[in-house]
Amino acid sequence: MRPTPMAEPIALAVRDLAVRFEMEQGNVHALEGVSFDLRAGRTLGIVGESGCGKSVTARSILRIIDRPGRITGGRILLDPGTPQEVDLAALDPESARMRAVRGGRVGLIFQEPMTALSVHYTVGNQIIEAVRQHSDISKAEARNRAIELLREVGIPRPETRIDAYPFELSGGLRQRVGIAMALAGDPDILIADEPTTALDVTTQAQILALLRRLQAEKRIALMLITHDMGVIAEMTDEVAVMYLGRVVEYAPVAALFAAPRHPYTRALLRAVPSVLAAPRQRLATIGGAVPHPGARPAGCAFHPRCAEVIPGRCTAEMPPAIPPGIAGASCFLDVPA
Amino acid sequence: MNVLEVSELRKHYPIRAGLLRREVGRVRAVDGVSFHIAAGETLALVGESGCGKTTVSRCILRALRATSGEIRFAPEDGRVVELVGLPKRQLRPLRRHMQMIFQDPYSSLNPRMMVGDIIAEPLKVNGVPAAERQARVLELLDLVQMPASARSRFPHAFSGGQRQRIGIARALALQPRLVVADEPVSALDVSVQAQIINLLLDLQDRLRLSMLFVAHDLGVVRHVSDRVAVMYVGRIVEVAPTATLYRTPRHPYTEALLAAVPAPDPARRGRQLAVLGEVADPANPPPGCAFHPRCPYAVERCRIERPELTEVTPGRWTSCHRARELELAGVG
Repeated sequence: MRPTPMAEPIALAVRDLAVRFEMEQGNVHALEGVSFDLRAGRTLGIVGESGCGKSVTARSILRIIDRPGRITGGRILLDPGTPQEVDLAALDPESARMRAVRGGRVGLIFQEPMTALSVHYTVGNQIIEAVRQHSDISKAEARNRAIELLREVGIPRPETRIDAYPFELSGGLRQRVGIAMALAGDPDILIADEPTTALDVTTQAQILALLRRLQAEKRIALMLITHDMGVIAEMTDEVAVMYLGRVVEYAPVAALFAAPRHPYTRALLRAVPSVLAAPRQRLATIGGAVPHPGARPAGCAFHPRCAEVIPGRCTAEMPPAIPPGIAGASCFLDVPA
Repeated sequence: MNVLEVSELRKHYPIRAGLLRREVGRVRAVDGVSFHIAAGETLALVGESGCGKTTVSRCILRALRATSGEIRFAPEDGRVVELVGLPKRQLRPLRRHMQMIFQDPYSSLNPRMMVGDIIAEPLKVNGVPAAERQARVLELLDLVQMPASARSRFPHAFSGGQRQRIGIARALALQPRLVVADEPVSALDVSVQAQIINLLLDLQDRLRLSMLFVAHDLGVVRHVSDRVAVMYVGRIVEVAPTATLYRTPRHPYTEALLAAVPAPDPARRGRQLAVLGEVADPANPPPGCAFHPRCPYAVERCRIERPELTEVTPGRWTSCHRARELELAGVG
């Protein structure tokens, strides 16, 4: 870990963010009071299983949540505490301001790069368009910038690859193009949503190395969303563990693995298959499955699966949320350090 | 006693071009693969996408017709059948001895059938009387730790992990000699994945299952397999007992694969290494050893001469010219 963890300025502060999907079958509370900080030059890992709200968090920041989802509470503060502070949650998603933030201040890397790329245009056309959306330069200049971006993300022979169509590239090269697209507007915040989940393990290692290098060079505030505890251990400085729309634990990465404080984190870490396992070693399991976010258990949402549940308390009361930036667990058993 | 012996298996796809659709090349999806599975043993077939591991499993199940090679299968003690050249009619009675567990528990179960009928279907097809079927379904549900009440419900009522249990119960209904599992836990959440891994371990112990476990996740494979075969561009590059392979790999590709896995331990941070380049194209594999363009240890010979899979120590096979001189790094 890098020293001086808290000295870096906060680039983005999320406070009590709530997102609801209003559907015929009832309301789904996708996020219920999520708070965290993204700091320049540091990586925040967001980890959790399906339905925990990690992708909704990313999409809310960029104001691109799918209908019928909408932000029903909380703030998303860009440059908090500075004269430029702006609450993205209060902006019109279609406004010029929000469009400038999207890609210009906050870049997004998708799990499947084809989400961000069109099959009908060359890689170059798409990056050039993205570059020109965020700066007033000529087409020729933008083309040079696109080649430079492709080189920066490690694409060999960028001068020729710029005229390739996405389908002509391998999965690994496509994800590099996806990263180049995310960097086109020169953002200082990057959100990577499962950026290596669709890739093979050797390609994953290459993409993670690339993200590490870019982050260090550009002092980017990186939010890395993953379900993979290996990727968390390898890449992040701080970690937010999410379960059913809430941050249940927040900790520096070493502390999270050495002394997890939430029963869910403890159980999750013991359930991860490991390349270091003994032959035929059984895993610790968590009973049941993640409930559907529309059928959220009362009290602490983890209580039906929790080995340490306090009857009458966890079943009825929601444990308090963790104050942003402070290590802890949202659990009645957690004693603040 | 081996349940399965595969030798020199090839599956080539012709590349055709021009007006006469002449064959101008071949995709060598599987190019000379040999291995065996002993009774009660789980062999994992691992590798990255496009390495041919799924093609091998599909050839064994005869979902694909192999181009050449032999697949010898022992449906019962003392009887061995060669599957590659076997006429379809003679194949049908063998199917019950060879069952499959699928990756996606959502698409592999018929949504319009009740769970009890899904599990009973293979029994019905094979002429098991109705009364016996009922008892067997209950036994199977119990085996995969599902309540008896599940039999009168439809798949949509169940989570991904529960559906995978149902798929496993169906696969085990006829007490097959061989189970082929293709990425059976890769679509599941970590907490559910652990339950299914433990279930597979229990079933291996209780039923002495023989299993071909096709997977890309080296963590999962370390837990469930007795031996591992690593594939690269249509060929097996290394086979060894699981713990041995992870601790002391003898092929540079195995070393690269293991080094690329991020370990769930921040104290090991920075040890993750990225091998250069990309997987070779099976339509146009490099000459010599297919891994040589990415191999940090490649010498002139590797560029010219293709290494054969040879036994370096008893039970350990590798196809690397430098296997005996290299000191490669493993994990754990």
